[in-house]
Amino acid sequence: MLEIKNLTKIYEGGTQALDNVSFSVKPGEFLAVIGLSGSGKSTLLRCINRLIEPTEGQIIWNGEDITAASQDEMLRIRRKIGMIFQHFNLVSRSRVITNVLAGRLGYVNPAMSLVNRFPKSDIEMAIKQLDRVSIADQAYKRADELSGGQQQRVGIARAMTQEPEIILADEPVASLDPVLAHSIMQHLETINKEDGVMVLCSLHFLDLVHRYADRAVALNEGKLMFDGTPEEIDDDKFKEIYGKEAERVG
Amino acid sequence: MNNKKPSLLRSLGTALGVLLVVVVLAYGVNVTKVNFETTRSEDRLTQLKRVIRALVKPDVIEYDTEDTDVEVPFYLPCPADGEIEIPEPDTSGPYLVASAYCASPKEVVIIEGFNFAPGGKGPLNFITASSVKKQLGNIETDEEGYFQMEVEIPTRQPIAEAQQIRATIRRQVGGPKLTETAIVTWEKIIETVFMALLATLIGTAIAIPISFLAARNLMAENNSPLTSVAFSIIGWPIGIAIGGLAAIGIRNLMLYITGSSLINLGGLILCLLFIYLILRLVIKSGEEKEPVMKKVLKVLAYILAAILGLAAMIFLEYLSRSVGKAIIGPLGPFGFLGNFLYQMGEASTLIVPAIAALGTGAVIGSTLGGIGQSISDKASTPTVKIVNLLTAALAGAVLFALIGAGINWLYQINNLIKTLYWPAGVGAVVGLILAVITAPKQALPTGMVVYFITRTILNGTRSVEALVMAIVFVIWVGIGPFAGSLALALHTVAALAKLYSEQVESILPGPLEAVQATGANRLQTIVYAVVPQIVSPYISFTMYRWDINVRMSTIIGFVGGGGIGFLLQQNINLLDYRAASVQMLAIAVVVALMDYISSVVRERMV
Repeated sequence: MLEIKNLTKIYEGGTQALDNVSFSVKPGEFLAVIGLSGSGKSTLLRCINRLIEPTEGQIIWNGEDITAASQDEMLRIRRKIGMIFQHFNLVSRSRVITNVLAGRLGYVNPAMSLVNRFPKSDIEMAIKQLDRVSIADQAYKRADELSGGQQQRVGIARAMTQEPEIILADEPVASLDPVLAHSIMQHLETINKEDGVMVLCSLHFLDLVHRYADRAVALNEGKLMFDGTPEEIDDDKFKEIYGKEAERVG
Repeated sequence: MNNKKPSLLRSLGTALGVLLVVVVLAYGVNVTKVNFETTRSEDRLTQLKRVIRALVKPDVIEYDTEDTDVEVPFYLPCPADGEIEIPEPDTSGPYLVASAYCASPKEVVIIEGFNFAPGGKGPLNFITASSVKKQLGNIETDEEGYFQMEVEIPTRQPIAEAQQIRATIRRQVGGPKLTETAIVTWEKIIETVFMALLATLIGTAIAIPISFLAARNLMAENNSPLTSVAFSIIGWPIGIAIGGLAAIGIRNLMLYITGSSLINLGGLILCLLFIYLILRLVIKSGEEKEPVMKKVLKVLAYILAAILGLAAMIFLEYLSRSVGKAIIGPLGPFGFLGNFLYQMGEASTLIVPAIAALGTGAVIGSTLGGIGQSISDKASTPTVKIVNLLTAALAGAVLFALIGAGINWLYQINNLIKTLYWPAGVGAVVGLILAVITAPKQALPTGMVVYFITRTILNGTRSVEALVMAIVFVIWVGIGPFAGSLALALHTVAALAKLYSEQVESILPGPLEAVQATGANRLQTIVYAVVPQIVSPYISFTMYRWDINVRMSTIIGFVGGGGIGFLLQQNINLLDYRAASVQMLAIAVVVALMDYISSVVRERMV
């Protein structure tokens, strides 16, 4: 159970990215976060693993207040929260396997990891996760030699080697073509359904929301505008979320 | 364009601008003492021609020569009785014929030579009775071995006996060979290149860690509450003192046992073995909760490992010194390897206490900082405020007292009131004020403070020319390439750390964020997200720096820093422009070569 209570984020300079947002996510749920660009979706996701420090509010996960955790505790919490990014955020000059093994950094002996030494079991796990997204054969290539779709799959494998309980996906398919988008979303669906990992995924296209999400929350200028099943987003709701002039595509 | 300004005003403005430029130029000409009169002076032009002609004739190659001397007697002045006896020249070999065999000073005589080696060159000398040479001119024979020259008879004391006019024809024998100048220049240019290499390596090794401290994007995220900062400031000097004293103490204790190489080797192996065992036993990753007893044991084990590490370093130092010294002889031409080992031992004598001090300082500083952090995280706000007031005052006092001690060392004030009590008092007040005006748990931008301090020091160091630094190092380690290397290394640190840190600042933030999101700690984030992004620009900058260092090391000899500069300056001072030309040529070739090599390597790497 992930509970977000009265979450507010005001950036230095006064931009209010999140305004008193509250909702909760059940274990094993696939939650879509929708809203215009700049509506606070990315800030919301990054507040959950505190890549961005929230200004106010609480995030309670399994009874523990993430916002109150010390820096050391935060490292332990983060390793259970995988994250997938719009621009994949792979280290392009490193090999694919190294990128995936980065998911183990929160678990391994820090001293050994600094000299790029990982336990055999971790390497096997990394290969297994790459195999799951069917690019195990690319493991020893450099990350920037892969295509966009393949890179995002490496991103998923990296998140999965963390053995996460939550996956935060920040517009994971926004820089991919529609076919690849579906393939990536299917991988996320598998993770959600087979492994029971909670997925919080920000999305732009409503058809993807309808097709994959159990539930959706919508943000507009940092405020929570909608919290319900994708089917409940009718034309009125849509205009509320995206503004009066918006038209539905796809 | 919609320019409403009246055109008269505009042109007036332009005229004023032009006038200003002319005035500035005129002042510049005056200040730099431009004097075109001298450039036309006959004397100077002759000198200039001579120097340029010498410079284009570098003294690189010479031949063994064979001189043929032929003499003819000459009376200066003509004897009073007019009787002079000239032997018939031996026409089978080279011989001289003069238009007159006696003359008064300043008279002109024609000297002809026959049967000399064709195409030969050499001086025509007047040899006095006391065998002093006075050159009359340079002769050059034609294809038939003939020459003719008009000479003015020099002014000499009148002597009755015959003196000599001697023609020397020099002929090259054998193949070309390098001159002494060329050989010395070669040795020095090698020295120069390696000076630059050493400086670059040392400089790079130091610049890399510093560059992280001078990178805004890495440092901006480091914020700590005042409690943590104050604890850490108190911890650092304590740690440095403990570490430094421990290193010296352990070294003194070990004096009794480091007698033989065998003991040293055994000690080294034992130490390493124990360290490995301890670390194997102790390090287990990320366990959640541990009993206090176990934590204490763990800390003790780490301390033991650190002491053993220190001992191992000292054993290694003695070992490398004795082994190094022992193998210099047997290795023969490779004796420099032995010397290297020996010098590494010497260097470690210097470095080990510093490492121990800084390392302990870092450990204790960050441990105390961590304690401060957890106090700030866990304790109630009023408690934190009280702790802040106390520790900030203490930290301020410690910091300012240390600065006071530094000032005392520099200016030798030797007055405790001025160098200890006052600074400590002021520091305590500053600390108190800081603790009062900041909210108890407010995060202070410690990272940015470190960033600005690092940047300031780097900028200051960089603005001092390596040439000036060399003067200081020459005083410390004596004249020679070592001083030059150290000066270049210091300058390299300042310059490279800045270039490196700008590279770090320009890395993509995405991968950094992604690695952080996995729960990696700061060091891991740097190794996995930052380092891969900066390796190739770092290599490229290092190559570029080596290139610069080679150029700089060519002139660092001007102040006694070794390398080819010393030779160049010496030859310029001796007005030996042909030799100086060799050195200039060598510098040009090496710099051009380095430029080419570094550009090729950079292209490959990036």
